Amino acid sequence: MSVIDDSVFDSKFYASRKTVHNKRIDGPFRRFKWAVMAITLTIYYGTPWLRWDRGPYAPNQAVLIDLAHRRFYMFSIEIWPQEFYFVAGLLIMAGIGLFLITSAVGRAWCGYACPQTVWTDLFQHVDRFIDGDRNARIRLDAAPWTAGKIARRAFKWSIYLVIGFWTGGAWIMYFADAPTLVHDFWRGEAAMVAYVTVAVLTLTTVALGGFMREQVCIYMCPWPRIQTAMLDEKSLIVTYKDWRGEKRGSLKKAEKEPDKYGDCIDCMQCVAVCPTGIDIREGPQIGCITCALCIDACDKVMAEIGRPRGLIDYATLEDCRSEAAGKPPKPVWKTLLHPRTIAYFLIWSSIGMAMLFALGHRVRTTLTVAPDRNPPYMLMSDGSVRNAFTLRLRNMESRPRQMEIALEDLPGAKMWDESISRAQAAEKLTFTVPADQLLQVRAYVVAPANARTREFEFRITSLDAGRETGEAKAKFTAPESEEDND
Amino acid sequence: MANKRIDQPTGTETVGHEWDGIEELNTPLPRWWLWTFYLCILFAIGYAIAYPSLPMPGGGSQGLLGWTSRGQLAKDTAAADATQKAVRDQIAATPIELLASNPDLMQKAIDGGKAAFKVNCSQCHGSGAAGSQTLGYPNLNDDDWLWGGDIKTIETTITHGIRYTADSQTRQSAMPPFDGAFQPGQMDAIAAHVLSLSGKAKDNPEGAKLFADNCVVCHGANGEGNRAVGAPKLRDAIWLYGGTAADVQRQVRGPRMGVMPAWGGRLDPVTIKMLAAYVHSLGGGEAFAPAPAAATTPPTAPANVSN
Repeated sequence: MSVIDDSVFDSKFYASRKTVHNKRIDGPFRRFKWAVMAITLTIYYGTPWLRWDRGPYAPNQAVLIDLAHRRFYMFSIEIWPQEFYFVAGLLIMAGIGLFLITSAVGRAWCGYACPQTVWTDLFQHVDRFIDGDRNARIRLDAAPWTAGKIARRAFKWSIYLVIGFWTGGAWIMYFADAPTLVHDFWRGEAAMVAYVTVAVLTLTTVALGGFMREQVCIYMCPWPRIQTAMLDEKSLIVTYKDWRGEKRGSLKKAEKEPDKYGDCIDCMQCVAVCPTGIDIREGPQIGCITCALCIDACDKVMAEIGRPRGLIDYATLEDCRSEAAGKPPKPVWKTLLHPRTIAYFLIWSSIGMAMLFALGHRVRTTLTVAPDRNPPYMLMSDGSVRNAFTLRLRNMESRPRQMEIALEDLPGAKMWDESISRAQAAEKLTFTVPADQLLQVRAYVVAPANARTREFEFRITSLDAGRETGEAKAKFTAPESEEDND
Repeated sequence: MANKRIDQPTGTETVGHEWDGIEELNTPLPRWWLWTFYLCILFAIGYAIAYPSLPMPGGGSQGLLGWTSRGQLAKDTAAADATQKAVRDQIAATPIELLASNPDLMQKAIDGGKAAFKVNCSQCHGSGAAGSQTLGYPNLNDDDWLWGGDIKTIETTITHGIRYTADSQTRQSAMPPFDGAFQPGQMDAIAAHVLSLSGKAKDNPEGAKLFADNCVVCHGANGEGNRAVGAPKLRDAIWLYGGTAADVQRQVRGPRMGVMPAWGGRLDPVTIKMLAAYVHSLGGGEAFAPAPAAATTPPTAPANVSN
């Protein structure tokens, strides 16, 4: 803790924000960040436009969350609300995947893939494009509000708004057929919720990415706090190798007295390029999202002054210690593959395998039965006993299908539904269930006069090549004894 | 605020207070955090002015917007009525016997009737429309109908009621009490014969003779009943007031007869149509057949003997 910023103590209980004007840098990590940004933004903006042919009865959008019809489409997978555990499983996998990534390569999520990071990066590039690099931006920030500055800010903020609008606009595409929605949206015919969502996401994008930026990571996000519990001396972090860098001194001083000074020439490039405005040389800290731009900056300076790269580098604290003690570095695979990483990977992959297995064994024909409870049974004028049931035939295929319902284990019983009369009652009924829908049928089951209360089953069979079957247990209720029939 | 100092391990300033050696570090919040707090306070004040919120002597504050939960309900109800208007108009324009030819409209009528039934009819007939045997409220789920079970007849029954004197077109009939008309042995014989019609007792020639002399005018020679006068069928398994010999004898001595109010003046015709559709849908509804003209002739004795 050699550097303490005394300015903090001037303002009392509330810290005024110091805007981060991070400097442009180029290097392997910056290029990797560019690539991740391009990939993630392409996925985000492009996915709703992918098409997927599901036949005439289902939408042809590859990824679609159809809230109105309560379906979730993802390529060849279609999820019904009662199968939402697949989505829950995906979320659990995402959570454990985050742990896995963290245990292997530290806060890589924060540094590269988190939307807050990606959009902040995007907005910072806009700043750079409009106002110039770090020094120009610092000058402009301090300059009085002239007409020129106002015009420049208005231009920049309108670009913020456009980015925010496209972000919100892309979000709603996941919830409706994208081409239709775009058409309706611009004609003012889309649902109100679409406009409200776009407006809210435009504002939050501009606020969080355009203005709050690193403060979201430092003050608002729970993940850095969780990180402090998850990281240990075996975790890969971006770290400054103080045993090599200290004592800091300018290049001139270091040339005069090479023995007194370390490799760090205190050029402050690592601070200048940092998107969260921290000084990595203070050690691991909550504000470090491990984007590794300081590594790029430092490596560049080291190359210029002819010293070996890696004064700031990805390393574990354990490696740092052994390196400081002059031991050979641990091989990379040992850093990545430690027991915790393997454990997380096993948990993560077994959930994935279980979900794949469950997906492969889904039955697309199901039947559920709800008996009438009030009245539980009904005596007919010929003395026979009638029970009423609500049957729900579920056809989860994207085509209409014939399904047969049969009574099992209920001697002498017949059934009919509202479309036919009691005279046509039979032991088996056939229904055409519309594509991808649930058909609700009210069925009356009538048993002869001497019927007793007993368990039985409704059996459903799809009358197609698959001949999927399913059954639903039910109870036939009858008067307790002959005398009760009175 | 005397004792501010820099805490060495963290490098952070303390706030200057000390309690038994415990000090508090001053970790400054960002200024905008404070602003959001002030904004919330402002919002709360604005909310308290705009909406009813403050308790006052003699009733709470009204709020500038004039919002009330009652007004909200009225608005929501009006909105719900507006959404139902198209369907109600369509039901109003459809003769009830043709309702079934439009399954979608029929389903909507049934759903509407189900809701109206819970409000208006369940007090007697029960929420499941199963009636009550002890109180003699008919079960509407079965296939036994006193006055007829096609949808049009059900509508008429609901509109005009049963034995409801305030409605001139109400369904009217009365079974005379036979208390004292028979010897005790004869009463047993009649009850035995009535039960024998549905196979619950052995044939009783004496009872059959008495039945033929006194009962067949309304209940029919074989106990098949007569819907024109609401005379129950006696040869089936369903008994409105109980099916033991004692129940039957009690009913012969001093008949109980149900009364249902006419709903024509209380509910609008569309609601009655929907109620008829719902009752018809409960599993015992009969197909509509245009009634033969003869069926409307009012019955004569002995239904009117005892009044």
